[in-house]
Amino acid sequence: MVELHRITMNVNGHEVQAEIEARINLADFLRKDLRLTGTHVGCEHGVCGACTVLVDGASVRSCLMLAVQAQGRFVETIESLADGPDLHPIQVALARHHGLQCGYCTPGVAMTIKELVADAAGRALTEGEIRAALSGNLCRCTGYQGMVAAVKDVLDPPVEPQRRSR
Amino acid sequence: MKAPDFRYHRPSTLEEAVALLGACEDARVLAGGQSLMPMLNLRVASPGHLIDLGGIASLAGIDEHEGELLIGAMTTQRALELSPCVAKAMPLLAEAVAHVGHQQTRNRGTIGGSLCHLDPGAELPVVAAALDAILIATGPGGSREIRFADFAMGYLTSSLAPDEILTSVRFPRTPVRTGVAFLEFNRRPADFAIVSVAVTLSFGPDGRITRAAIALGGSYAMPVRLSEAEAALVGYAPDESRFTEAASMASAVPCDGDDLYPGDYRQELAGTLVARALRRAAASIGSASHG
Repeated sequence: MVELHRITMNVNGHEVQAEIEARINLADFLRKDLRLTGTHVGCEHGVCGACTVLVDGASVRSCLMLAVQAQGRFVETIESLADGPDLHPIQVALARHHGLQCGYCTPGVAMTIKELVADAAGRALTEGEIRAALSGNLCRCTGYQGMVAAVKDVLDPPVEPQRRSR
Repeated sequence: MKAPDFRYHRPSTLEEAVALLGACEDARVLAGGQSLMPMLNLRVASPGHLIDLGGIASLAGIDEHEGELLIGAMTTQRALELSPCVAKAMPLLAEAVAHVGHQQTRNRGTIGGSLCHLDPGAELPVVAAALDAILIATGPGGSREIRFADFAMGYLTSSLAPDEILTSVRFPRTPVRTGVAFLEFNRRPADFAIVSVAVTLSFGPDGRITRAAIALGGSYAMPVRLSEAEAALVGYAPDESRFTEAASMASAVPCDGDDLYPGDYRQELAGTLVARALRRAAASIGSASHG
């Protein structure tokens, strides 16, 4: 007989309650129980980073965390970024710099960038630091150049948006 | 894939966890989950019970006492990375932890989990070998201390009894005038190491080497200390010919190989990395505060 666990957590500012099996990971809980399908599942063993979400502000691979372990925690997913039709500055920068193509890795990338920007707390980051942070998110389309440019943009927005030739 | 079914337990005290581990058949301890969760998802592991240590607050924390570090087994790798205490008292550990996975895994992965899992390509066991770490485990009969040399028994295998839980790790004080270096080679940064090396070199007032520790990872089922190469350095001033000799001893130690990276390739890497690490450890003492 399957044992169910009652859990309560805060997801994107909303208190949610559920009764779930212990074996359900956080990614599947978000996608299937809460219908928050913005979080993508890639490899399911912690390599690709597509399922990255923030738990208490820290990036985690949600395929490597059980939903029961998120009991009492604050979870943020890609759905928390945009304010209605208004995209978050991270999303705007990714779009402006072509930091995405197929979009599969993008939700994880955006959440990684959110943590990176918060950790930086206004400090300038080197390109090496930005690339190291993004290295946990596999992207097979972009070659990362656009993502790096997007992070730089978010950290230090241009006064007037410029057209970039590349 | 998805994890198979199991019974989940989240004790809030160590006593409760030890009791559960003794009472449950086919139980596994869950620390940060960055190795066990992939094994569950891939169905390489299918324990009947998971005992999650995440609810036991006393198992996480970093304490420094006169240069000695006592680190709770559930301390995350990210906490080690950010700790000024670790950076000051145990710079080798600070240097190595930056190579452990990605921030998304370091935010969850723990020092205890890494040491108990003992992946041959993992960094923290190599550091524990080089620094002669003492592991403290608790079982039904009480606690005991295990030297790392008596802890790592083989591929993914520690000497913990089935009913014991690793609770903390002690890193003994590093002598003054000690230089350290951690180097690894892999195809992509943040991957498991193909070969890694951790080195400490302590110097006497006359500038001669008084103590050397060289630990290799990735070359064998578990970290190895190169005691012959270490002995060949002690008593001498740090010069290139000594380092070259130690490096050639390192590359003479047979390595396990696989289809991607044969043993002789790993041996070459071991020699190269040991030479570089010795140079770096010696150079790091020049202006460092540990000098």
